[in-house]
Formats: sequence, structure tokens, C-alpha cells
Amino acid sequence: MMRLPWFQYRAPQSVAEAARILAGEGDAMLIAGGTDLLPNMKRRQMAPKMLVSLSSIDALKRNGSVYGAGLTLTQVVNSNAPKALRQAAHQVATVHLRNMGTLGGNLCLDTRCNYYNQNYEWRKAIDFCLKKDGDVCWVATASKRCVAASSTDCAPALLALGARVHLVSSSGEREIGLEELYNNDGMDYLKRRPDEILTEVLIPPSLASTYWKLRRRGAFDFPVLGVAAAASPQGVRIALGAVASRPFLVHKANDFLEGKELTDEVIDEAAKLVASRAKPMDNADLDLYWRKDVAVELARYALRELRGDDMRETRLRIARQLV
Amino acid sequence: MRQGERRLTVNGEPAAVSFAPYKTLLEVLREDLNLTGTKHGCELGECGACAVLVDGEPKLACLVLALDCQGRRVDTVEGLADGPKLHPLQAAFADLGAAQCGYCTPGILMTAKALLEKEPEPSRERIKEAISGNLCRCTGYQQIFEAIEGAAKRMRDEGSR
Amino acid sequence: MKVLGKPRRRVDGRAKVTGQTRFADDIALPRMLHMKLLRSPQPHALIESIDIAKAKAHPGVHLVLTGQDFPVTFGILPVSQDEYPLAPQHVRYVGDPVAAVVARDEQTAAEACDLMEVKYRPLQTISDPVEALQNPEPRIHAYSELGNIHRLQAFEFGDVDEALERADHVFEDLFFYEGNTHLPIEQHASVAAVDGEGKLTLWSSTQVPHYVHRSLARVLQLPASHIRVIATPNGGGFGGKCDVCNHEMVVGKAAILLGRPVKICLNREEVFYMHRGRHPVLMKFRTGVTKDGKLTGMHLQTLIDGGGYGSYGTASTFYTGALQTVTYEVPRYKFEAARVFTNKPPCGPKRGHGTPQPRFGQEVQLDKIAEKLAIDPAELRLNMVAKPNSLTANWLKIGSIGLEQCIRTVVERSAWKSRFRKLGPGRGLGLACGSYLCGAGLPIYFNKMPQSGVQLLVDRSGQVTAFCGATEIGQGSDDVLAAIIAEVLGIDPFDIRCVTGDTGITPVDLGSYSSRVTVMMGNAAIDASNKIKNLIAQATAEQLEVAPDKLVFANGRVAFDGRSVTFAEAVSFAEEKFGTLGALGSYKPPRAPGRYKGAGVGPSPAYSYTACVVEAEVDPATGWITVPKIWIAHDIGRTINPVLARGQVEGSVYMGLSEALMEEQVFRRLPPKLSRALVHKIPSLLEYKSLTSLDMPEVDTVLIEDPDPNCPFGAKEVGQGPLLPVMPAVANAIYDAVGVRIDELPITPDKVLRALELKAAGKTPRVGPTSFPAVPYPEPVIVPPPWEGGDGNAVKGHERTKLKVSAA
Repeated sequence: MMRLPWFQYRAPQSVAEAARILAGEGDAMLIAGGTDLLPNMKRRQMAPKMLVSLSSIDALKRNGSVYGAGLTLTQVVNSNAPKALRQAAHQVATVHLRNMGTLGGNLCLDTRCNYYNQNYEWRKAIDFCLKKDGDVCWVATASKRCVAASSTDCAPALLALGARVHLVSSSGEREIGLEELYNNDGMDYLKRRPDEILTEVLIPPSLASTYWKLRRRGAFDFPVLGVAAAASPQGVRIALGAVASRPFLVHKANDFLEGKELTDEVIDEAAKLVASRAKPMDNADLDLYWRKDVAVELARYALRELRGDDMRETRLRIARQLV
Repeated sequence: MRQGERRLTVNGEPAAVSFAPYKTLLEVLREDLNLTGTKHGCELGECGACAVLVDGEPKLACLVLALDCQGRRVDTVEGLADGPKLHPLQAAFADLGAAQCGYCTPGILMTAKALLEKEPEPSRERIKEAISGNLCRCTGYQQIFEAIEGAAKRMRDEGSR
Repeated sequence: MKVLGKPRRRVDGRAKVTGQTRFADDIALPRMLHMKLLRSPQPHALIESIDIAKAKAHPGVHLVLTGQDFPVTFGILPVSQDEYPLAPQHVRYVGDPVAAVVARDEQTAAEACDLMEVKYRPLQTISDPVEALQNPEPRIHAYSELGNIHRLQAFEFGDVDEALERADHVFEDLFFYEGNTHLPIEQHASVAAVDGEGKLTLWSSTQVPHYVHRSLARVLQLPASHIRVIATPNGGGFGGKCDVCNHEMVVGKAAILLGRPVKICLNREEVFYMHRGRHPVLMKFRTGVTKDGKLTGMHLQTLIDGGGYGSYGTASTFYTGALQTVTYEVPRYKFEAARVFTNKPPCGPKRGHGTPQPRFGQEVQLDKIAEKLAIDPAELRLNMVAKPNSLTANWLKIGSIGLEQCIRTVVERSAWKSRFRKLGPGRGLGLACGSYLCGAGLPIYFNKMPQSGVQLLVDRSGQVTAFCGATEIGQGSDDVLAAIIAEVLGIDPFDIRCVTGDTGITPVDLGSYSSRVTVMMGNAAIDASNKIKNLIAQATAEQLEVAPDKLVFANGRVAFDGRSVTFAEAVSFAEEKFGTLGALGSYKPPRAPGRYKGAGVGPSPAYSYTACVVEAEVDPATGWITVPKIWIAHDIGRTINPVLARGQVEGSVYMGLSEALMEEQVFRRLPPKLSRALVHKIPSLLEYKSLTSLDMPEVDTVLIEDPDPNCPFGAKEVGQGPLLPVMPAVANAIYDAVGVRIDELPITPDKVLRALELKAAGKTPRVGPTSFPAVPYPEPVIVPPPWEGGDGNAVKGHERTKLKVSAA
């Protein structure tokens, strides 16, 4: 049986207390749902000396104009959140994991790579990799940078929706655009400081939004491509997930769409611009080139659905369920 | 190195048990409480074999810290039957071929129980979705769907839970 | 029939739904210790030294074992005793066990494993069959036939070249079937303990306790009478637990040395290393056919990737050829096969053992033939179905065949005639068939003893206890045992206690593999039940004053006309008359007609047949594949419990579809300039993809009953055969949908999209292997088929084969 390494455990009742503990401990990590951290710890990808649990903090479960980072993904699915976020949350992992994993956890999800998300013994057989204990990125051996893929579903949806996040530490708090939370670096992928706690997500109003996830099966799988699109009075925003070490807004496409009606031609052109930014690596499921080839189709689906087309049949085929 | 005793409520019964903080609910159930009905297939959240109910919600015991279960209600397959009387899901699973090797069965039974408590008359599509986090290698799932439908009908007919 | 054919709760059903079924890892014994294996991180290397000092000194560690503690090899086949419980010198794949730690708990054992320092001298990595052919050295095994070729086989039944010359058309096609693994949800576990008399008991999740028993005696050099192997109910087997495992040997030795119970449970990654799953096979088919769609001859060549050890490989290699003649009339047949060693976990038997790969090739090729000849694929097959009570070109004896009815059933239920080639762009139907063994005709080690034995104990209380070595792996072997005895004795299956899979107290049964249990155990059960029934009938007849053969055993009573007694009363009469009651039954398959060396693989008491239609939808823009529905009809001979039989069929459809679309046991070779590593690409339940409930289509299942006289009440196998036609039917449906041929498995959307792009560019719309390397096949053993004279003996080449076998 895969087991956890030894750690100390603290379960503070408030954000302030959690922030205080975090500030005082050199080697502590936050745990919310545990669905990302615990498997990683069992595989010895990380072995923090202390876990600071956020699960007893009621303030992280706010559900309304702001979304508490401690809401489970199931709670997000059942909330009044914009459609793209609900669709994204609904397609994370499985029913059980959505009952456990949280919104904040999904936004802070560790980047993933087939050379990294492996047991200690397996990683030893490849002499480890750049992201953990090794010197070489086996995905791109010439790369100085780790290319592990951002695999969060909620982040692209929230980027398209123009969301902001609230971060709290013992020394203060700040609110940043979600885009500013991420670095395009598989190792140092979050700009959240180690002593900060992501507490809330703020979502401005939108007119319509949608999220399309590409994965092999109807459940379990992380995205190999995520396309989110949202329309607001400020315009249409498209974001991509799982094709870089960070989720990102496709500014080129968003600029192109400014002031344009979503005609078939406009959608095709925008979809091409979106797809040109999809640069998947050979470190996840499914054929790399195929994943790049079909990005344009997924972008098209998203924009058509955003326009109001009935995409249920296509969604049923791709997602294997209506979400 | 052992910590002090901790109180869990498993299948409606209080249990005082001492365990190391790094133990998951799965390990405590199987190794400290001798409740081996809850199975494991990966211990990484990738199969659903260890699904149990925590406060009525299906969760994976392999990724729940047992420490986090203090004060919560944990239900496992051992508590599903009412004395000698099988839960309608158990009876349907046994009668309709939903349990072949029986290894994924406890996890699916508990997941299905949570579903039927929320939705007494789920569609086939809802059932498929509800158990899509439980891998089964034997049945091809058809007889599992039918058993859940059969149990749901019986529970509605009997007006019982 | 009072019991058979009626839907029933399986006899062990209640335990499975209450969590009471005790799997191996559910066993906890007082003072039990825990074991962990240290495995090689090197794909191919020699061990220079192992420093165990730190591990031994680690607090909580009780014992450290290395290869030096195990001088004796083992292996499932007598011809390949090539595995050590712990490698003493030569490691052959990443995951090959080299040392073991026994400690107070699993965590401590794992920590100690990490403290061991093993120095390896790396050898060249052989990563695939082409590399194995190109590099005879370094040899992965010294005993292989030629360089790194483990086994070479060649047989020719009639002059195939002449048959192809005579044909109106000759089709030549290459196919590749990627390897895949069983993925039982239960990870392998074993508990070993020494009992009060100092004898060893091993509880293990094994499909073959008898073979484990023999291997333990050999490896531990103990009398077999001092070892008891208990097969715990398997949490899924599918062939993955029918080899003898390293950990079973090591945990046994540890328990003996420590005098305490020791447990090991593999983690998921280790289950992928245990493997013994589907061999990757490259195939070349040359098939001659007349213009009206009759086969004239078939020539099949295979190149098989065996991985690092022999395992069942020699048998698997035979199976890639031997059963190709059982489905359709093949007047002349030649097969040449080569299995190579590579530095990967060993391959072995998975559901269908060796036959799904060539079945895929043949059924897809038949689809191509039908199109070329403008014959409906169903009609083409109906026109060539093998005949009942016939011999095949390679001297296999076929009994009953329900295949025609299977084909007609799926054709009708899928509305094939009005829908095939007519569904419009992006949607299609595909058809394929298959056949499978109902038990291998010969045991794994040569002997003339029964292959299954059943012992019955009956007493005055009316209780019946059945003892049999058969192993419950979820398929329902206990239910079959109880049902057959209940049918003969006229009692309820729930009134029978089944004691199974325990070498200490049950008669030998060879295990749950090759779909042998229903036929072999079933026939042994009938034998034993009839003996008991005769005793009861004789005694009861005296009491009721009728002739014994007039008595009817039914509904828990023994009756003649209006007079009857309860079964328990009847047993009391018999116990009074004959003393304590018991009976033994045994079964040995009939002798097969083939006399040539190599004729031992393929014969079976009977063959099951299946036909399948798959409907597929393919999105032309992405190649995305959706399978909305599958129709399947399986000739089961007779149904024992329709609930379980349907479960076996649908489980096979599931596994077949999963193999067709996504399952693959694949490896990653790091850039050779930088690393020697050759690792399993995705040893996890997350990344080794298998269908979830949302990916599973509706399945329409029909059981066809064409009873076979060699089988218990006519009942044939149902656990493996229904998998065989699914993969080719998927490939054929995709062709019908979008006109592209994917001649390799799995069929993934990227391959479909690539083929669609080729089609759009006016090129051959096909993705699949394009070349077959030169393989040094030997001169074939020549055996005339039955209709060309001969007596089943080889006329040429016999001597060579004989030499090879003894050399091995």
C-alpha cells in the first residue's frame, strides 16, 4: 500500500491562525482537500514536515458574490457560479474527488508530467528529473526550464471570466488578477508566496461562458487541453489550459474578437489564433501532435457554444456526459 | 511515537483508536479497526475501490486523513446491512450479477447509496455518472447499472431507506 | 433442468456485498510482519554487489533476503525455469526483484529497502523485437534458441504456397497488436505462516494454487506435503495471477526463517511489473481465397515481444497460431512464430491467451476480403464456418459449433442488412467472430493424471460439502460447482458448501486459466455426484420398494410417483446401508488426434464460439471515436447461471473494447545518449487507461445454447471467448464509418485522424505496420491435414523440433 511519510499536522480554525503557523514554519504546506497533495506525498514528490489543514476554516467556504477557496468542487458545481466554472469543476477527476478537492486546491494544482507523477522507485529508474531531485528535463532535454503542464480545469474557466483572487498572509493581504497568479514554469508555477493562503475567488459578471475539456475518458483524467470562453460587456475572452506550464488568456484571439460578431468566419479565424498558441508537450496522455491538431476544433466548439449554438450532441460525444 | 486516542464514529458506533497522524482513513479502517470490507487498488485516488461515506458523502478513504475524520460520521460497507437484512442495494448487487470478483463492490455500493439517498429515481445517465469514479474490471458495468436501478425501485416501492 | 439455466444469486454473492469476502490482503495474523521487495531500477544489468548492512540495522527490520538466499529457479512451464525469486546476478527489466526486507510494518520495510546499496554493471538495453533480432548479444537468457530469440516455431499443414497459387485472390496484410495488461483492481497479495507443526501455509491471490504449491516445494526445497497453498478469492484475475510470482516464494521463505507470519501486498506500480499480460505481436497474414469467398490456405507469421522472462511464453507463442483454424474452414495452414526476449516485464496469458492478436488480424483481413469480393461480411463468414464434429487442418477436434446461429443472431438484432454500409458518413457497423478453448487439452507439466478432481462429503443432516482445487477469481467457479452438484442431486445450490482452492484439503484442480473450470471441474463434479446419487438411490429404492433408476432427485426430495422422502432422509438410508458417505470424481480431457510434436497446444474438449457487431461513430474533424452499442451472441453450449454467464460476456466485451480503444502496456526509452533507462510509461491506474462507466456502451447479449457432449450438461466456456471478436469488430466498424483501416491496436483518435488525412490526400487510408523484419524461422514441421492423408504425425521436421525441445 502507498503510504504517507511522517508529518506534523495542524488544523487551525481561522485564516489568520493558519497564516501565522505558515509564517512560523519553514517547511509547511497547506492542505485543503488533499486530492493533489496526498498522492504527491505518497509518491514522495514532496515530503513537508508540517501540513496545515484549511478544512476547519469556515470563512473559506463562502458561497455567493465571492467564492471561498475552501468550497469543494461539488459545491462549486451546485453553486450559482458562471457556467464555465461549473462545467470545469464538474469535469475534474471523479465524483469522489470533487467531494473532497476544493476550488483553491484546483487553482493551485501542482503542474503535471509523466516523468514526475510517478513513484519514487520509478523516478529513481530515470535518475529523476528537473522538477524533483534531478538535473534533466526528460521531456525536452535541452530545456533549462521544467515544462510540466498546468492541469487545472477551473483556472482557464476563471481566466476567461476575468476572475481575481484574494491572498492572505500574516503580513497582509492582496487581491490580484488570476492571470498574475501563474508563472510559465513547471517548477515555480505559482506567484503565490509560500506564506500566502488563497482565500477567495472574485468573479465579475459575465453574459455567457463555456468550458471544453479534452481528455481520454469520461472521468478521472486530467485535461490534455482545456478551452474556456466567456463573453462580458468588455468583450470575449478565451483562455487555454493544459498546453503550457500555466493557464493563459489568448490575447491575440481576444484582441481579434474585439467588437466582432461571432460569425462562422470570425469563429474559424479566432479558433486558428487560439490553436496556434496551444503548444502541448509529450508528457501527458494522448498523441502530442493530435492534441495540437484538434485544438482548433475545441476552440470552435467553445466559441459556437458561446454564440448560443446547441452543442449538446458534440459535448456528449467529447465529455461523455452533459455538463 | 503514537499519539493519543482519537474518536471516530464508524457505522454509527463510536470508536476510540490511536493512530499515527500520517495514516489515512483507509489504513485506520483496515488496519486499526479491522474493517477490511473497504478495499484499495491504488491508494492514489485513481480507482474508487476505497470509497466510503464521510458525513454521507462518498469520498476516497485513501486520500482522507483519519485525523480529519474526528467528529465526522464514517460509513463503510460493513454498516450497510440492517442486522441480518441486506440493504436493497446489497441484495440487488448479489442477485443481478453486479458483483463478480466483488473487489470494487464495497466502493460502488457506498457510492450508490449516497446517490439513492439524494435521488431516489436516478436515470441511467445519472447512475453512469455517479459511479464513473469507480473502476470495475469484471462486469462491463451493465449489471451494476441494472442493480442500482433495481434497488432504487425496490426502495421506492418499500418507501424505505 | 431444475437448477441450470435459471437466474440465481451466486452462492458466494452475499459475502461479496457485505464486505465479508476475505481477499489475501484482508488477512491479518497475530505477530504478522510485513515484507517489501527492492526492485531493479536498471533495465538490463549485472549485480556487482549488494550492501544490506544499513537495511539490516534499521530499527524494526527483522530480515533481509537477497538472491544468495535462493539458489533454485522456478517458472510456470517446465521448459522455462528461468526466474529466481530474487535475482542473484542478472536483472532483466526495471522492476526485477533483487532483495526483500521484512519489518514490523510496511513503511519500515520500504525505508529499509531504500537503505540498501546495490551496485550494477549495466548491459545494453534491448527494448523491442527489432533490437532483439539485431542484437544476439548481450543475451538476456543463455537458454534462448538463437541469440535473443526465445522460441522459434514453424508448422505447415498442407502445401500453403500451392494453395495460394491456386487461389483467385491472395491477400497480404500486416497487423500489430500492442501489449496490454490485466489490471485487476486487487493488487497481488500473499500471507505466509508456519503452523503449529512447523509446516508452511501460503494464502495468495493466485489463480493457480496447484502450480504455486509445486514451485514452492521446488524453490524452498521442502516436501510438498509440508506446504499448503490457499488461493484466496481473487479480486480480478484475467490471467494476471496465473503465473507463479517471486513474492510468493520470498514471503514463504521469510515466514519459515522467522517463524512468524509475513505479508506482502504489491503496490499498483509493482502489479504492472508483475504483468504476464498480452504480448505485443506483429503479424503478417497471407491468405488465399476463391472468388466465391472460400479460403484456400493461410500463412501466418508472428513476431512476439516476450519481455524479460519465459513465463507462459512458449505456450503463448503456440497459441498465436494454433487456434486460427477453429473458427472457419482453413484447408491448408502454415504458421511461423518467434518470441523474443526484451528488457521489459515478462508477458504471459491475458484473457484469450495468445489468440486475440491473430484473431484481430484475421477478422480485419476477412473484412477486406469481403469488400474486395463484394460479398457481405456476414455472408462471407457464414459460408466458411467450420463444421461440427470435424478435424481442422492442424488436427484439432471440433465438437459442437453454434457460430452460424451466433452470426445470424447479431446480424438480425443489429439490423445489419439494412444498416451496414448504409449508415452514412461518420457512422458504421463492423462484424467479427471468434472461437476459444474450453480448457487446454494438456496440463502445463506432462502427466497422465486427472486435471480436475472433486470430492463430496454427504451426511445424514443432508448437508453436502464439495471439495475442489478450483479457484474462485470472480468468474463464479464456486457457483458452477454448487449448481452442477445441485442439479444432479436435486437440491438447492445454497445447501452445498464449497471448499475450494486449498492444496491442503482439496483434490487437485489445475487452476483458473484457459477457460477450463466449467468443463473440467464440472465433469469431475458430475462424476462424483453420480456416484453419491447411486448410493443414495440404491438405499432409498430399498425403502420405497422401487428400482433405483426410477427415483427422481428434485426439489430437495427423492421421489417415485407419489411417494417421497427428503434428501436428508434418503442420505440417512444410504449412510445406514453403506457407512460414511463420500465420493470422488475426476476428469481428464479426451486424447487429441494430433500426433506431431507441438500438437499439445490447441486441443480442447470443446470450443466456444462468438459473433459480435459493433456500431461506431467517428468524428471526421478529430478522429474521435464513440461506440454507442455492441451486439454479441455467444455459443455457451448450455447456460449454468444466466446472470453470471451474461456478466462474463459483458465483462469480455468491456475488456475487449477497452483494449481496442485505449489499453496499452507501453514503455519509454530515454534518449540512449543520455540514459539506459527503459521504463513502463504509465504504471498507474490513472494513466493506464481503462473504460469508465461513462465510456461503456450499451451491450445486447444473447446466449446461444448448442450443448457439447464433452461438456457438463453441454456447458462450454464463457469467460474468454466473447472478448475475441470485439477488437476486430471495432476496427471494421470504423472502416464502415469513415473508410480508413487502422491495422493496429489500440485504435486511438490520432491514428484515425492520420488515416483520414491520408485519405484526403489521395493516399492509402491506412495506419498500421508497414514492414515485417527478417526473422530466421526454421524449416517447418510438415504435417498433412486430415483430408490429405496422414495420421496426425509429422512427415518432416519432427526430429528437429524434438531436439530443440530437449535442448531447452
